[in-house]
Amino acid sequence: MSTKNPNRIDNTFANLKSNNRSGFVAYIMGGDPDFDKSLALMKAMPDAGVDIIELGMPFTDPAADGPVIELAGLRSLKAKTNVGTILKMATEFRKTNNTTPIIVMGYANPIHHMGYATFAAAAKNAGIDGAIIVDLPPEEDAELRAAFETHDLALIRLATPTTDDARLPIVTKDTKGFVYYVSVAGVTGKALGQSADVASAVARIRKSSGLPVVVGFGVKTPEQATSVAKDADAVVVGSAIVDTFFKHGHNEAIKLIKSLADAAHKT
Amino acid sequence: MSNFPDENGRFGAFGGRFVAETLMPPILALEKAYREAQNDPSFQAEFDHMAEHYIGRPSPLYFAERLTEHAAKDSDNNKGAAKIYLKREDLNHTGAHKVNNVLGQLLLAKRMGKTRIIAETGAGQHGVATATLAARFGMQCIVFMGEVDIQRQKPNVFRMKLLGAEVRSVTSGTATLKDAMNDALRDWVTNVNDTSYCIGTVAGPHPYPEMVRDFQSIIGRETKRQILQAEDRLPDAVIACIGGGSNAMGIFHEFIDDKNVRLIGVEAAGRGVDTKFHAASLNGGSPGILHGNRTYLLQDAHGQINDAHSISAGLDYPGIGPEHSYLHEIGRAEYLSATDDEAVAAFQMCTKLEGIIPALESAHAIPRTIDIARQLGDNGLVIMNLSGRGDKDVNTLADILGVEI
Repeated sequence: MSTKNPNRIDNTFANLKSNNRSGFVAYIMGGDPDFDKSLALMKAMPDAGVDIIELGMPFTDPAADGPVIELAGLRSLKAKTNVGTILKMATEFRKTNNTTPIIVMGYANPIHHMGYATFAAAAKNAGIDGAIIVDLPPEEDAELRAAFETHDLALIRLATPTTDDARLPIVTKDTKGFVYYVSVAGVTGKALGQSADVASAVARIRKSSGLPVVVGFGVKTPEQATSVAKDADAVVVGSAIVDTFFKHGHNEAIKLIKSLADAAHKT
Repeated sequence: MSNFPDENGRFGAFGGRFVAETLMPPILALEKAYREAQNDPSFQAEFDHMAEHYIGRPSPLYFAERLTEHAAKDSDNNKGAAKIYLKREDLNHTGAHKVNNVLGQLLLAKRMGKTRIIAETGAGQHGVATATLAARFGMQCIVFMGEVDIQRQKPNVFRMKLLGAEVRSVTSGTATLKDAMNDALRDWVTNVNDTSYCIGTVAGPHPYPEMVRDFQSIIGRETKRQILQAEDRLPDAVIACIGGGSNAMGIFHEFIDDKNVRLIGVEAAGRGVDTKFHAASLNGGSPGILHGNRTYLLQDAHGQINDAHSISAGLDYPGIGPEHSYLHEIGRAEYLSATDDEAVAAFQMCTKLEGIIPALESAHAIPRTIDIARQLGDNGLVIMNLSGRGDKDVNTLADILGVEI
């Protein structure tokens, strides 16, 4: 594999743009239900149409997540997953794929415990491209951001329906890669926000950040994916995939991912 | 030192605002509203009026003569024991110190036009206090409580329901206080427009640790006035039990700049700090990030939160308020611990000697108060915050003692 330092996120959005289509971002919980099954799903995702992988890092107290992700995290922890295991998944994945961006998503404490600088170096080494740390708002992410900048990793910020015009510049300043718009004020897996609101929010954030805007929280079906993809640069689906994978296994999860990816790519 | 936190909500390296972006605007709005209320004499006047006429403040500072005699009896080298005073927060309306903070937060919610109040509770004391004032102010109230705690605090659950609150059973995680707090945060993130989250302790994102401390600091202000009146001097030590640490911060705050007054917090050691079954975040934990603040936590080698254990539901929490972490690190306050067994023995002793049934939470402070009183000898003076009454705990005690009631 190439050892140079590809900017997989920017390349991915550039490719999507040149093909004039929106992207599809899929979230899975790393290590759920165990390392091997989770890694097999991750490896199958690019061929099923996933443009960016969001790899969940489990935490005992996921206060921003709904029950589907929370339970997935607890299953993963039961299988002895930790930050090191998640990094190992990325390393394994990179052995056969050097183009699909991997964004890890989770909570601050496990990486704070490891040490932000140690985590950033290890993440880079594992072929990870960026992170979303749910409980690090701009006011608290300076230390991690500095560590990420050293290793040219993207610390991706969240914008939400409560992020008003006064606050938006605080959120979009210093952000890299893309901005993740949370379509509803709520936990993961709830109902989707009103499409008119999503369209105007995406436009506002794109203007403020100059970056691609991906939209998630509440997208469950291909119809919703198509509808959101009309406005967003990419659509994120998490809970629906995690739930299907848990209840119906690998093949059904891949089938769902394919249908969602096709729906997102249609636009 | 009493001027903390800074404008970012930091007490040294602790505190802060570690919340999802959705909650940043509401906590910034809360902080703004709190600053305005602090500068509004009518807000303070309404708080004082309700504190006096509804809560029943000031609470007495009571000389516990027989507890003092008991301490003196087996004292070190027969040097007697310090006089022990109890700050009687157990005599407040609803039976604990919790109501002081709830009064402040609900007056603030009313001011902000919020109509729906959510709260987490462990022992149920904060839940009962919130349900009580929500009833008084005509607000909708939802209390999140772990399924395990609902089982061990049935009288308080029924009390909340009588007061018109909805008690939501939390089954996730360990089904105790930390999980109730997770679910309350999930509710708040979903209902930010009309809902105010009334946090029960000096933890959570800024401005909660500061605001809750300020509302509770009425305990320390009264105590200082009362002890000067009774003894014409400041105490040698002020002692309080600690779960999240609101009753302790409430009584400590006024004394922080009085360097000769020792401030002593007593954590719940459960079956022992050297076992896996305790709730002593400072004595058995390390700094981390949970529930909106950086503070000492019980956690494993991978930064996952460990379950806390205490016989008292109100202390059964794997974290502690960030200001305590700060006072611990700079050495201004000392943090000791007491086991389940010590608390149960002290509960019975206080009941028999003083005719006061303490909350199991407060009972943790008693053995260390006696230790300190003995160390100081008969020229000493100590004050213990008796943070709540123990009527709610009689079922738990009966179970432990094998008594059927």
